[in-house]
Amino acid sequence: MNDTKSKLLAYVAFAVLYLVVVPLVFSGSPYALGVFSMSAALSVIALGVWVTFTIGRINLGQAAFALIGGFVAAICITRLGLSFWIALPVAGLVSAGVGVLLGLGILRLRGVYFAMITISLSEAVRLAILNGGSLTGGATGITGIPVPGELSLFGLVLIPDFASVNTHRAFYFLSAFLLLASILLVWRLMASRLGRVFASLQQGQELSQSLGINITKYRLIAFSVSCFLGGIGGAFFAAMQQSIYPGSFVVADSISFTLYCFLGGLAYVAGPIVGAFLLTIAFQLLHEFQQYQQLVYALLMIGIMMWLPNGLLSLRLPTFGGRGSASREVTRNEA
Amino acid sequence: MEQALVNGLVLGMNYALIALGLTMIFSLMNVLNFAHGQMYVLGGFITYYVCTSLGLPYFVAILASIAGLAVVGLVFELFLFRPVLQRSAREESSMLLAAGTATLLESLILLFFGEKQRGIPPVVSGVFEVGGAFIPASRALVFVIALASIIAFMLFMRYTRPGRALRAIAQDREVTALQGVNIQRYSALGFMIGAGLAGLAGSLLITVLSVNSGMGTSISVKAFIMVMLGGAGVIPGAIIGAFVLGLAEAFGYAFIPSSMTYLIIFVGLIVFLIIRPQGVMGKPWG
Repeated sequence: MNDTKSKLLAYVAFAVLYLVVVPLVFSGSPYALGVFSMSAALSVIALGVWVTFTIGRINLGQAAFALIGGFVAAICITRLGLSFWIALPVAGLVSAGVGVLLGLGILRLRGVYFAMITISLSEAVRLAILNGGSLTGGATGITGIPVPGELSLFGLVLIPDFASVNTHRAFYFLSAFLLLASILLVWRLMASRLGRVFASLQQGQELSQSLGINITKYRLIAFSVSCFLGGIGGAFFAAMQQSIYPGSFVVADSISFTLYCFLGGLAYVAGPIVGAFLLTIAFQLLHEFQQYQQLVYALLMIGIMMWLPNGLLSLRLPTFGGRGSASREVTRNEA
Repeated sequence: MEQALVNGLVLGMNYALIALGLTMIFSLMNVLNFAHGQMYVLGGFITYYVCTSLGLPYFVAILASIAGLAVVGLVFELFLFRPVLQRSAREESSMLLAAGTATLLESLILLFFGEKQRGIPPVVSGVFEVGGAFIPASRALVFVIALASIIAFMLFMRYTRPGRALRAIAQDREVTALQGVNIQRYSALGFMIGAGLAGLAGSLLITVLSVNSGMGTSISVKAFIMVMLGGAGVIPGAIIGAFVLGLAEAFGYAFIPSSMTYLIIFVGLIVFLIIRPQGVMGKPWG
């Protein structure tokens, strides 16, 4: 209980910091707000990858679901003329639906097989969109997506038209809201019975099955949450960049999402968020090293596995207790 | 039609080299070598460099590429995979490490060899005509070298002492260690052979298809498809997967747009894996 309380406190503190302090400090810099918005969207997508980790699957197909989300939103807005506020949930739901359909088949695979099939999926969806003809726009994708319009309920304006206010700030708050809501969703999920079922799937699905747990159902639930978050993140991206291409999310992005999770720490809900923010912001700061981004990513990935296999959040003040429990965590998580 | 068949067979034979290397590393160490495509690309670039910049004969370039990649494989195994695998039994760790080595290799290739597309001219000239299909002599040469290498590899695995040891490790690591086989040394050897095969494939195919620094991932994905089709860790499975993919690609390219070809291959693969998750010859769950 005490643990839950302190986590809640940390969440509220983070929310206040992120909703009030950050926008005040960076109010004069649309560029910084843009970087934060991007980091938040990437965090949402990476959080999905993290959810699939909790059932013991290595998901390298998240780029596919981000692409699906992005294109569904873009198609809804530009081709069907729907409002962004309808397109956003639709994008998440379509992604989740595709995830369930595919998951029925591919979630039976484990370990490297699942990693290989999901990496192929990243590539397959990119090609499908490339061949989508006039619906997806082929290689040129969909451009000129209008910014989100006004959202009103019974004449009461809940969210103003993005074009009529400071657009950068509007996107910042939208991404902040999506991020905070996703954290809450995943956190709540993990604290519930579902979260414990997921952990049991990771540690020994034969045993959970023998206890009468419908493992197919729970794997699908976890995977659909993951795909939903991927789709939402992708849709936000399409709206913020006002364009989306088949090359917006590729295999390398799928691997980056996994890297975010590892960098932050797989044992923590906050892990992927810490990872995503740290790497995205670091690369904006080290602008002149942009051409070495790939090299730095590679060295980071190798370095984490060599020296920090449990992620940044596993670092504690040097007391033996903290380190010990972190390493026990690893042995327990071994699938 | 016949032309597509011939192209498919040449492609399949070279793909078999790639798939064999990947499946070898996987069966020995349970590591999915993400860097396999990048190793192939490096092999191609080494061949290009030795042939064009140093002006040495093609056969020297092939040997240089195999040796160079074997060294890369040895370094990866000794300094990266061995310590990480010893410390952590989690599958995720070795996988992220492998993804890291792939990115590392790709960025190093980009830094050293640049981003240009590179190819070398055919080594031998002339064209054979067999049953209505034209086979350029250079493709025939590539086919023969690949075939000879695969036969040599299979004989090595079947009849030599190190080959037997490698197969034993793939079957059961602990029991093999109890029989007094030096697991560490043979794992390193296996990694070297696997990487060397990727290098060989790279130097053979560069005479047919040129390479560029960014194509590693797509080659890795192709290798994954072959291994998934045939079954991970099974040598005949890798060869079957390679020929299925090579032929599918050649026929697809001949009759439908290229990006559509791979889309159909992916859809077919996913449907196939739903019916048979372990591939044609694999054991369930590798």
